[in-house]
Amino acid sequence: MAQAAIELIGINKSFGAVRANRDINLEIARGTIHGIVGENGAGKSTLMSILYGFYQADSGEIRVGGKPASIKTPNDAIGLGIGMVHQHFMLVDNFSVLENVILGAESDALLKKSIAKARSELERLEREYGLEVDPDAIIEELPVGLQQRVEILKALYRGAEILILDEPTGVLTPAEADHLFRILKQLKEQGKTVVLITHKLREIMAITDKVSVMRQGTMVATRVTKETTVGELAELMVGRRVLLRVEKGEAEAGAVKLAVKNLTVKDQRGVTMVDDISFDLRAGEIVGIAGVAGNGQSELLEAISGIRRAVSGSVMLDGKPIDLTGAADPGELRDRGLAHVPEDRHHVGLVLAFEENENSILGYHDDERYLRGPFLDIDAIRNDAKDKITKYDIRPADCRLKTANFSGGNQQKIVLAREMEQDPGVLIVGQPTRGVDVGAIEFIHKRLIAMRDQGKAVLVVSVELDEIRSLSDRILVMFAGRIVGERGPEATEGELGLLMAGVEQREAAE
Amino acid sequence: MSTPYAKLPAWADYGLIPVINLAVAFIVAGFVVMLVGENPFRAAVILVEGAFGRGSGIAFTLFYATTFIFSGLSVAVAAHCGLFNIGGEGQGYIAGLGIGIVCLAFDSVLPWWLTFPIAIVASAAMGALWALIPAYLQAKRGSHIVITTIMFNFIAASVMVYALVGFLKPPSSMAPQTRTFLDGAQLPKLNWVIELFGAKIRSAPLNICFLLALVMAFLVWLLIWRTRLGYEMRTYGHSPKAARYAGISETRIIIIAMMISGALAGMMALNPTMGDQHNVALDFVSGAGFVGIAVALMGRLHPVGIVLAAILFGMLYQGGAELAFEMPAISRDMIVIIQGLVILFAGALEHMFRPYVQALFASFSPRSVGIEAAKGKGA
Repeated sequence: MAQAAIELIGINKSFGAVRANRDINLEIARGTIHGIVGENGAGKSTLMSILYGFYQADSGEIRVGGKPASIKTPNDAIGLGIGMVHQHFMLVDNFSVLENVILGAESDALLKKSIAKARSELERLEREYGLEVDPDAIIEELPVGLQQRVEILKALYRGAEILILDEPTGVLTPAEADHLFRILKQLKEQGKTVVLITHKLREIMAITDKVSVMRQGTMVATRVTKETTVGELAELMVGRRVLLRVEKGEAEAGAVKLAVKNLTVKDQRGVTMVDDISFDLRAGEIVGIAGVAGNGQSELLEAISGIRRAVSGSVMLDGKPIDLTGAADPGELRDRGLAHVPEDRHHVGLVLAFEENENSILGYHDDERYLRGPFLDIDAIRNDAKDKITKYDIRPADCRLKTANFSGGNQQKIVLAREMEQDPGVLIVGQPTRGVDVGAIEFIHKRLIAMRDQGKAVLVVSVELDEIRSLSDRILVMFAGRIVGERGPEATEGELGLLMAGVEQREAAE
Repeated sequence: MSTPYAKLPAWADYGLIPVINLAVAFIVAGFVVMLVGENPFRAAVILVEGAFGRGSGIAFTLFYATTFIFSGLSVAVAAHCGLFNIGGEGQGYIAGLGIGIVCLAFDSVLPWWLTFPIAIVASAAMGALWALIPAYLQAKRGSHIVITTIMFNFIAASVMVYALVGFLKPPSSMAPQTRTFLDGAQLPKLNWVIELFGAKIRSAPLNICFLLALVMAFLVWLLIWRTRLGYEMRTYGHSPKAARYAGISETRIIIIAMMISGALAGMMALNPTMGDQHNVALDFVSGAGFVGIAVALMGRLHPVGIVLAAILFGMLYQGGAELAFEMPAISRDMIVIIQGLVILFAGALEHMFRPYVQALFASFSPRSVGIEAAKGKGA
């Protein structure tokens, strides 16, 4: 048995009345890949933040390499050989790889020496771990997968022996994720210890040696990965049995509800993000749009929902045109029965500083039900919000609570409740379960399928391939702003993965 | 991933933190007073007694507060819509033009209770108009509202000089100010209310504008938290993207919010003109528009907080004047330093002590709960 790289003993941490970590004991063996899974709000991030020095535990002990350690700041953690790769990269976009790597670790005031030293060190690390990146490339010009590699290099450059990765695959294509896993395995072979935080159980099964499950601030179990199953882990995470794949009947597609023809959309910089896209969305079906983030899905959603002006193309809603290149306005589309659950619920779908009930009318605040003349009908709004809270099991069941204080899953339920309860003919949903825990995912998927079965047209955009495959009746794959293929729900992950990477196009050309 | 947060109870958020900020401001101010060789404790006593010690002190404090309530509300309304209107000074100043014209035209024919509503409308309209141009430029052209409103302060100042020297002053007069308004444009005083409590007041300018300010504070509360328009303004203020998503027109909401803000700033001109000096003079706003920014920040953009913060600043103005009179070493400029410190600590550095207070709270209540539960579990 290898010696423990990290031991956490009796860690407690509270925020106000919330006990984020209670009595956590965890031992991570040197030279292993250790997974930590749990729903959102289970306390994984808090625990890792304590280990990395962002927070101080209220009580408990941390031992690194067998010795008690006091970690008060991230610098202490780095000094002890702990490195962290954050979910959202901490890179300076307009710096080169080299400049980012030495940032904060410069050895003297003039950078020339530091850079020269870093260059040779970086080359050694890249060779040793198969982490090839051009040291002079500018960060913003690199694909996300490579940016992540820079983050790993940063940690290694600072002498990390223990590497913590927080949800590392959220932004990667399946191929990039595979590459990352190869790198992690290589790190393990070189004797490094890797802690992988994720909510994707498949990744845990694929790569880890051991896995610990957290639920509601406690460590509920640690298993040897080979001896457990996805089903068992999901059950441990949620505390009950979970359906990992929603049951659904055959779709009965009806009339075309939304017809998109030759739609082209540009972003702020004038780059074409959606390139001449056409598709139909019928009543009673769920169409899924798969693709790696950043291939135009966001712009497509924004254009169809009237948030972003399209450059050209036509869109018909219930057989009548909408002027997406001109005056179309989200309010007008809403009136015509198109509801939109936006990808970014924090900045678009919700106003986090609002009370829950105020968000439950966002976009529908013109509705007579919620108004008395120019005044808001506070009672009507709150009662309506309470109904939705009950119906969608939103927790905590307090319509006066600030929206920022709900967990990701419950925030998403607030948006879904608002949009679905308006009984729209067409529902477009961006990233229905991003940052949402397993229990809520099941709930949301069931709701979406129920919408379909009521004869609504549902368009789902997601970067989670599993989600697309389990929900959709038809799958459209977007790559570089175009639809590069349409598949049925039986399509394999490998097939879709290749389409998402734009591979098939090249093969067809050969 | 979810971010854990530490929340403070409401009383600490709205009560304790402002008090701490204020205390620190006064402690630092105390050092300044010591530096010029005066006793800071005696200075504090003079300041507070000057502001609240006698009936006329209270009346003066509330008179100053009246103007600050208007300008604070003006800043708050714009801020709820995510706009930083620092043009209250100019909007208030230019409103003097409307007031001047109305008063000069009607003071000989109408009683004050008819002139007053007309003047209210005129001042609000002028202020709103002065805010409209920057608002339009922001909404349609993206010109930053901070830049344009501050530019419009200068334009307002020049326009007012032109008007006062040109057509507002009586032809024979050498002073750049209107003639004194007749009874038809002089607002009744409120000093008798304070005298009801037994105080004696020889003369103080407190007038019914104070009541108007309180009414406007209530109306602003109603607007922001109880109307559809207020809801739209807050949505846009917190997240322009969410507003776009909700179908709220950016142009419309910016222009409306700025015009309401400008109208409130305009109404602050009623107090010093019709309420006190009974004329419109050069530079009669004298910085009240800028004080409004501090008042709004310190009042946390809530009308109740704004009224309280306005009274605090009224106290600093009135008590400060007494202090300058009583302690020759402390000049008017020293008073400005003290006011500046209050603005610095209560406004700009509002959140400086928050983390410590939060840590304090976190280390008290929840920890004891946590340890207890952990022990229970172990047993």
